[in-house]
Amino acid sequence: MIMIFGIPGPLLFGQLLLGLINGAFYAMLSLGLAVIFGMLNIINFAHGALFMMGAFVAWGLLNYADIGYFPALILAPIIVGVFGVLLEKTIISRLYKLDHLYGLLLTFGLSLVIEGLFRNGYGSSGMPYRIPDVLQGATDLGFMFMPNYRGWVVLAALVVCLSTWAIIEKTSLGATLRAATENAPLVQAFGVNVPRLITLTYGAGIGLAAFAGVLAAPIYSVNPNMGSNFINTVFAVVVIGGMGSIMGSIVTGFGLGIVEGLTKVFYPQASATVVFVVMVIVLLTRPHGLFGKAA
Amino acid sequence: MFGFSRSQSIAFVIMVAIIVISPYVLYPVFLMRVLCAALFACAFNLMLGYVGLLSFGHAAYYGMGAYVTAWTMKFWHLDASIAILLGGLTGAALGLALGYLAIRRSGIYFAMITLALAQMVYFFCLEAPFTGGEDGIQQVPRGHLFGFIDLSNDMTMYWLVAAIFVGGFLLIHRIIHSPFGQVLKGIRENEPRATSLGYRTDDYKLIAFVLSCFLTGIAGGTKSLVFGIATLTDVHYSTSGEVVLTTLLGGLGTVFGPAMGAVIVTAMENYLAQAGAWVTVIQGVIFMVCVLAFRRGVIGEIANWRKLEL
Repeated sequence: MIMIFGIPGPLLFGQLLLGLINGAFYAMLSLGLAVIFGMLNIINFAHGALFMMGAFVAWGLLNYADIGYFPALILAPIIVGVFGVLLEKTIISRLYKLDHLYGLLLTFGLSLVIEGLFRNGYGSSGMPYRIPDVLQGATDLGFMFMPNYRGWVVLAALVVCLSTWAIIEKTSLGATLRAATENAPLVQAFGVNVPRLITLTYGAGIGLAAFAGVLAAPIYSVNPNMGSNFINTVFAVVVIGGMGSIMGSIVTGFGLGIVEGLTKVFYPQASATVVFVVMVIVLLTRPHGLFGKAA
Repeated sequence: MFGFSRSQSIAFVIMVAIIVISPYVLYPVFLMRVLCAALFACAFNLMLGYVGLLSFGHAAYYGMGAYVTAWTMKFWHLDASIAILLGGLTGAALGLALGYLAIRRSGIYFAMITLALAQMVYFFCLEAPFTGGEDGIQQVPRGHLFGFIDLSNDMTMYWLVAAIFVGGFLLIHRIIHSPFGQVLKGIRENEPRATSLGYRTDDYKLIAFVLSCFLTGIAGGTKSLVFGIATLTDVHYSTSGEVVLTTLLGGLGTVFGPAMGAVIVTAMENYLAQAGAWVTVIQGVIFMVCVLAFRRGVIGEIANWRKLEL
């Protein structure tokens, strides 16, 4: 057996993989938060609840409509995204003229409502969601056995994150989006329908959260608390990375997942708090975050 | 006295009268819960209402205050006054350390940082041996006050809690109406301007934060003494959310709003306890309604309607 720093290789790589998976979720969620904050100037506290909704929609599609994992991976983000569009149109758009804090409070209330409703409907114990047959089993990589599904999650998250980055940084739609983030009235003067752009951005950010939720469904049990367990850590990730850069969110998300995984190997007691400790160090040395711009 | 305006003096007299009469009408334990929640919300309001910083992690100071008071009462058999004071000092010390980090950013980031730091405290409490993990610290004795007043009687305990609340309330009022408080309001309205006038705004924010955390710790410690228990719920972020709701519903930046909010929120929890998870849904709906249509809160609306300062 290979030993690395006195730690058995398979154990180290196993925890690294778990860390990468957590990092994949951090990256997808903080990416959505950053995109939404850029356009709407709102910290979407309901992000965790909508992530959970994505998992529940996938579960519902399977159990009520017999629609399997892969169609759900497309359908659930669309369904939840449309829900997000409705939310933005009816409620959130009323807050743009107010202090940012009201957006945080409103979406916090929203997350309480959504989580409470799901807890009433389905209890808090959680329901299993089977890994699709294609992704069952594990592959021998030589240095470790990798469960196929976990590899798929990391791969899918990477592809989605990088596509989001490419859309925002490399396409003309993304250019419009970035311009509207900088100066919305000017972009509107050029004939771009900025309110619609804002609505669609919110919908897309929510869709991203729901996509992450579907990916998470087979790993964690589908339960109403799965979002709030994540979201507090994701806020720390956002503070560490700063919300100025898309690639920054992705790198910080994956990076912190790996740090968390390594901590589980070397000092398990601190694994729950290590992200927050990193946040403290970053605040002391670079208060605006690793990739943030000084305001 | 204490910088009360005429309308505030009248409101204060009414509030004290209600505090004195209500234990003969209502269940004292319920009222003590209201008073602890009210002190907690008043302390929180000092930050959000007067400095304009939303701390989303006040449960950390509340919960740690509760743990320390409960632990010192149970294992060191301290006097109740000292145990509660220790709870407050714990809140203040923790507030100093975490506040020092959090005030480096403002606005939305301040909220996220305080939330994340409080989550760190939560995980610490989950792991640390002295908190009793999932069980919490149970069967905390109420002990004696100043060595000779037995607090096991609910009415005696009630008068202590009432005195703590009124004391904390007056202290906060005094802080707000002092020159120091005026600077805080100046920072809330326009921080760069306060800086250019020569005020070290970071110091002011940190002092206000520590004061707020001190009173929050006192509220937590008193609560653990009343109910004889300190648990993970006290440090959980839902407690942080609840105090935001209480303050918002009662009236942000008003003197009497947080107390009013505490009455409504605690009563709601008490009478809807059978409804289970619906309480969360109702709280969420109230949150949204407050933000969308009712941003002044109950007391703020009354003050605006009658053109009073409350």
